[in-house]
Amino acid sequence: MPTISQEYKTALRSVSVDLNNDVSLLIDIPDALCERDKVKFTVHTKTTLSVFQKPEFSVPRQHEDFIWLHDTLVETEEYAGLIIPPAPPKPDFESPREKMHKLGEGEATMTKEEYTKMKQELEAEYLAVFKKTVQVHEVFLQRLSSHPVLSKDRNFQIFLEYDQDLSVRRKNAKEMFGGFFKNMVKSADEVLISGVKEVDDFFEQEKTFLLDYSTKIKDSTTKAERMTRAHKNVADDYIHVAAILNSISAEENTALKKHLDKFSDMFEKLRKVEGRVASDQELKLTELLRYYTRDIQAAKDLLYRRARALADYENSNKALDKARLKSKDVAQAEDNQRQCMQKFEKLSESGKKELTSFKGRRVVAFRKNLVEMAELEIKHAKNSVSLLQGCIETLKNC
Amino acid sequence: MSFEKPEEEESNDKFELNIAVTHPEKVGDGMNAYMVYKVSTQTTLPMFKSRAFSVRRRFSDFLGLFEKLSEKHAQNGYIVPLPPEKSVVGMTKVKVGKEDTSSTEFVEKRRAALERYLHRVVSHQNLLQDPDVREFLEKDELPRAVSTQTLSGAGFLKMINKASDAVNKMTIKMNESDNWFEEKLQEVENEEQQLRKLHAVVDALVNHRKDLCGNTAVFAKSMAMLGNSEDNTALSRALSQLAEVEDKMEQLHQEQASNDFFIFAELLADYVRLLGGVRNCFDQRIKTWQRWQDAQSTLQKKREVEAKLLWANKPDKLQQAKDEITEWEAKVTQYERDFERICATVRKEVLRFELIKYWEAFLPEAKAIS
Repeated sequence: MPTISQEYKTALRSVSVDLNNDVSLLIDIPDALCERDKVKFTVHTKTTLSVFQKPEFSVPRQHEDFIWLHDTLVETEEYAGLIIPPAPPKPDFESPREKMHKLGEGEATMTKEEYTKMKQELEAEYLAVFKKTVQVHEVFLQRLSSHPVLSKDRNFQIFLEYDQDLSVRRKNAKEMFGGFFKNMVKSADEVLISGVKEVDDFFEQEKTFLLDYSTKIKDSTTKAERMTRAHKNVADDYIHVAAILNSISAEENTALKKHLDKFSDMFEKLRKVEGRVASDQELKLTELLRYYTRDIQAAKDLLYRRARALADYENSNKALDKARLKSKDVAQAEDNQRQCMQKFEKLSESGKKELTSFKGRRVVAFRKNLVEMAELEIKHAKNSVSLLQGCIETLKNC
Repeated sequence: MSFEKPEEEESNDKFELNIAVTHPEKVGDGMNAYMVYKVSTQTTLPMFKSRAFSVRRRFSDFLGLFEKLSEKHAQNGYIVPLPPEKSVVGMTKVKVGKEDTSSTEFVEKRRAALERYLHRVVSHQNLLQDPDVREFLEKDELPRAVSTQTLSGAGFLKMINKASDAVNKMTIKMNESDNWFEEKLQEVENEEQQLRKLHAVVDALVNHRKDLCGNTAVFAKSMAMLGNSEDNTALSRALSQLAEVEDKMEQLHQEQASNDFFIFAELLADYVRLLGGVRNCFDQRIKTWQRWQDAQSTLQKKREVEAKLLWANKPDKLQQAKDEITEWEAKVTQYERDFERICATVRKEVLRFELIKYWEAFLPEAKAIS
């Protein structure tokens, strides 16, 4: 059962900030178990709030439970004016699994050493994917717990506390909402947001910004993913080169042998550095972009909801005017209009707050990650340089 | 960076001889076009007419040189360096006039390989003395080496010869009296296999690095666009700078890729070729042995004929038989001596080859690292 070191967790958590500052509700995922396709997370809560039965408790949860929680929050009318933290993506072990398969097929063509090294690499990759998925799930919960309104949600509390299987609830929820809302959002999203006439400058700006930024960041994420993957390939190649150089030098018994040994050694060390560079880049840059792509989507969702409320409000105004003209059902229309207006204004107010804090959060997170990535890259580059120089020295003296 | 020249090496370092292959130029158009290279020589060797001179040569000239050298020297057991291979695909691209990176790379690859080829030829003491080599370096106009064209009559003949050679190799089973050759051949074959594998892996590395370059470039552009649409000015600036940094890194990677490529991978390909040359050398030896054996058996047969004739008492035929026997005896001794000579030469050559290997291998390692 793979465990996660504390150090790594703090490193990973930097993607999103401002979490867990409030000690009254502390959540983390100290443990996770991987069975075949399913990952079981152990959600651990420590709290001083009286609404919970115990001050400290843990429950096992599956990925689907997180999705259920997210969906129920999204579909709760009350939270329409809030940015709901994006749902964690499904754990995806496809890539390392495929590679492991290919490795097994190609086993016959490699030396034993080479094979073991490649296998180690793959296992590390597997572990990295695992750690990442734990982290995104954890961050999701922590954002909820640090939000003044969402942390009080009853479903959230059930999620944390209910010590039996949530799958029953999940099924009910699905039947009730049937995923209808989500589908609607996806298709009508862009059109509605850009179509509605905006009365408020702030939201007008936000709208243009978010729409544009969202496409760009999606693009950057895919490109970054490709880049880190290519980097990893290069690092892997070094393993092969080192292995073959080793076998050549094994048969060689002239002075060349020493050179070949050193050369092969150097490649070995280099690849470790390259591997670290690739994975650090992955973690800091690609993960960051991925996470904020999802977050921006959540912000867009908020805009959508507000736009819909605005549309409703405008419609209710028109209906009221019509009713007044006909002098029929005026009271009802007035009521309706008042409701719509209230809803719209509430949404606008909380929306503004949320979006402003979101902006601040985003900038801070980007800054933190980019700084850390730059520092790490510098460290690795320095390592490589000293490695190569050392090798040149030894070769010269050979 | 200094490396000691092994003492076995004949001292042609008393005189200087520097050769460079530069300035590839395209001549002509369409399918009849070809690349011409400038071969410049600087030397203090007295056998050349002047100290510095240059000529223009095309690829088939190099091949022609190899043919001539091979004919004359291979049968003496010398390792004749092999020139770079013909490449129909590569050349067609160049001929058609595609000005893309792959055809410039191809030309560059070829130029570097031709240069190394000439270096190898002139570092071989016996080959350097050959008038053909001198002519190649000095003479302004060389007659077109037609026999190197793939689709010519000579080309076909060569292909047939190669095929029959291959068949012969399989059928000749030499009684190896000298284990040294057996061992060496095995070593050479092993090494060739290993180097081929290494070459393939390095090729993969180069390709992946090129991949990385491409992806980094694309990413840098995307980052720049993201930076543009970012409304927080400080972050926007940071993102644009990140884009620039990534761009620079891409260029750096590109450089490294071409370094890896030209120095490492090409050298490996060269070695594989060289080992092929060594194997040719061994093959020659086997052929010589075969000739010797054949001559011996013919002699044997002639002797039998003589015996029969003696028995049958036909004096005139006898004389003829006796003459033939003398002739064949001479041939046998000749071939035997040939064989011994070739054995000795092959031994020396292989020794020299190993030393060269040591010396040359050091160089690319150091270069590749820096």
